[in-house]
Amino acid sequence: MSFSWAKPYQPKSDLAKWFDDRLPLPRLVHGAIGGGYPVPRNLNYFWNFGVLAGIFLMVQIVTGIALAMHYYSSIDGAFNSVEHIMRNVNAGWMLRYAHANGASFFFIVVYIHIFRGLFYGSYKAPRELIWMLGLVIYLLMMATAFMGYVLPWGQMSYWGAQVITGFFSAFPLVGEPIRIWLLGGFTPDQAALTRFFSLHYLMPFVIAGVVILHIWSLHIPGSNNPTGVDVKNEKDTLPFHPFYTAKDGWFAGLVLTAYCAVLFFAPNALGHPDNYIPANPLATPAHIVPEWYFLPFYAILKAFTIDFILPAKLWGVLAMFASILLLFLLPWLDNSPVRSGNYRPVFKRFFVILVIDVLVLGWAGGATVTPTVVAISQIATAYYFAHFLIILPLIAKHEDTLPLPSSISASALHGELQESAPIGTSKTATAAAE
Amino acid sequence: MIRMFSYAAGFVLTLVLMISLYGTVKEAIVSPAEETAEHEYHREAKELKLASDGPLGKFDRAQLQRGLQVYTETCAACHGLTLVAFGDLAALGYNEGQIKAFAGSGNFWKIEVPSINPDTGEAATRKATPSDRFPSPYPNETAARVANNNALPPDLSLMTKAREGGAAYVYSLLTGYEEQPAELLKHFPSAKTPEGLYYNPYFANLNLAMPPPLVSDGQVTYGEGSPPATVDQMAKDVSAFLVWTAEPKLENRHRTGIVVVIFLLFATVLGYMSYQNIWAEAKRKVAPKGPLDPDNKARRNRAKDKAGISG
Repeated sequence: MSFSWAKPYQPKSDLAKWFDDRLPLPRLVHGAIGGGYPVPRNLNYFWNFGVLAGIFLMVQIVTGIALAMHYYSSIDGAFNSVEHIMRNVNAGWMLRYAHANGASFFFIVVYIHIFRGLFYGSYKAPRELIWMLGLVIYLLMMATAFMGYVLPWGQMSYWGAQVITGFFSAFPLVGEPIRIWLLGGFTPDQAALTRFFSLHYLMPFVIAGVVILHIWSLHIPGSNNPTGVDVKNEKDTLPFHPFYTAKDGWFAGLVLTAYCAVLFFAPNALGHPDNYIPANPLATPAHIVPEWYFLPFYAILKAFTIDFILPAKLWGVLAMFASILLLFLLPWLDNSPVRSGNYRPVFKRFFVILVIDVLVLGWAGGATVTPTVVAISQIATAYYFAHFLIILPLIAKHEDTLPLPSSISASALHGELQESAPIGTSKTATAAAE
Repeated sequence: MIRMFSYAAGFVLTLVLMISLYGTVKEAIVSPAEETAEHEYHREAKELKLASDGPLGKFDRAQLQRGLQVYTETCAACHGLTLVAFGDLAALGYNEGQIKAFAGSGNFWKIEVPSINPDTGEAATRKATPSDRFPSPYPNETAARVANNNALPPDLSLMTKAREGGAAYVYSLLTGYEEQPAELLKHFPSAKTPEGLYYNPYFANLNLAMPPPLVSDGQVTYGEGSPPATVDQMAKDVSAFLVWTAEPKLENRHRTGIVVVIFLLFATVLGYMSYQNIWAEAKRKVAPKGPLDPDNKARRNRAKDKAGISG
């Protein structure tokens, strides 16, 4: 597809040829994830997480469709229908725990996938659209996960829906009407639950559609790689199948083992106990917290505590949206020609700070609100925005980057040609030099 | 252009955050948060070990049966168990006849199920059958509140999953009632336990509407071969029972989990071996260097021979 040396599909049997002549589906698969897709040979394990995200999307769709066969989207019946699934449906407990923890693992692998892209500069030309489509997928995932969390109609479902739809009321004039329009009422009620169920069922298929665009746009330039250097010739690549199918395959087994260990032995570890209490509009929980994967954004929202020109709540909501939307501009904010953080010593340091910063934000988002926690989340939020809006553009302008390897196949040598050259080349290279 | 915009946006957001930070710090210094009795005296749940803990945990059926007895004779007066059916008790080791007798004979389970009088259509009650769920002690929330000094006794079906700490929390709460410490009253006179509430340091706000349900050893008469019915034992038993009501498929889950994880580990190892196999040719082989370089080795050996050193 993308490179001239990509091997075209060759039907192995008459039947395959007959089929391929009429519907070139095998040809499509061969070129997309088969032997016809050349991939840089030096990918490390961070490159496994895209495939893993796809696997968890499938897990969510399959378990979700089965759950929807037993779920009942009524404010009086939803909570008990979930318990019916847990108690009476054959393997219903497994389906529900697989779905709830599948969401968590989907976010874990997607976060690693995103940070891999951030470190190795996978958002840079010519991959800007891949990055932006990925962000669209991430936004859709957040909306889907939020609506899914509302469906059991427990206390956190209800109050989470109350708080998150409440964001919109921060906007002057239009905010409150928008909130009421979204909910179909003044508070989350039957209308909200039914539409959330409908949309929660629809959105994964929209995600799957955008995933196709994401992969399609990926296959034009091909995968980035740990050096960030472009593929130059056939030596730099290996066919996706069997090399990366094998690598993805065993690693997927490892991650699925971790997932199943959580699913079967600690299925409620990532959830909140309050969601086992049926929704009660008259009793506000002591601490309303979103699911763990939203905690950094929750911390950003709560960090703005001063009415400075605009109300504090509006600052918080704007900053929370901005924290994701600014990532769409990243390819232009960081225009250093060097992609990989491995060759950008200053960038690398700030990247480590960013990772710690986001973890701190996550912690602060879930912690009980005390002045110390608020102060920490304010500093961490300030760093988050400073990192992307000020520090990255400055680094891109002033950083002295390290020399890049001349090619992917040469990069594996790290410039130590003589000591660690592949067998058979070392002596000849020395001899030639002499 | 985009950079100018980005610097400006970054500057504004950071500025607002720094002003917010200044406000937070000032507030914390000017009016530091007052210490509260809840913060000082609330205790984390005690440790509780149950047979169902851990990835291989199984229910102790004798304990669940004792727990059911404690629930029936003590808790059921106020707390419902509406997600559990009498028929589910088969999982505790009871046979069909025993369940029928438990639900419907009136000797064990006393609360009747709401029904309709077939002759008049008026509301009536009837004896429970195995297909019924445990009937609630009160017909509705208002009745429950009226009978309990305006407090609502929560349904216990999911209690061990609906509270931080789970079964250990339930056990701690049941055994945690005590006199309000004089120390507490001295420091926080306004935190005195109000009339009609009971001091319990394991409860979030320290004052619980539920009167101590387990007050004396032997309150419930356990059958032959059971441990003595101390308050501690009864609290443990009923907590274990509530783990079962909240997660009746726990054993199923543990058993399936072991099989699935072993299968996946096996598949992963096979996958890893095939990965190694497939990549064996593609991976760059590094030439031995330094002392491992065959040339150096030969040179070293020659030198050794010359010097007459062996080994």
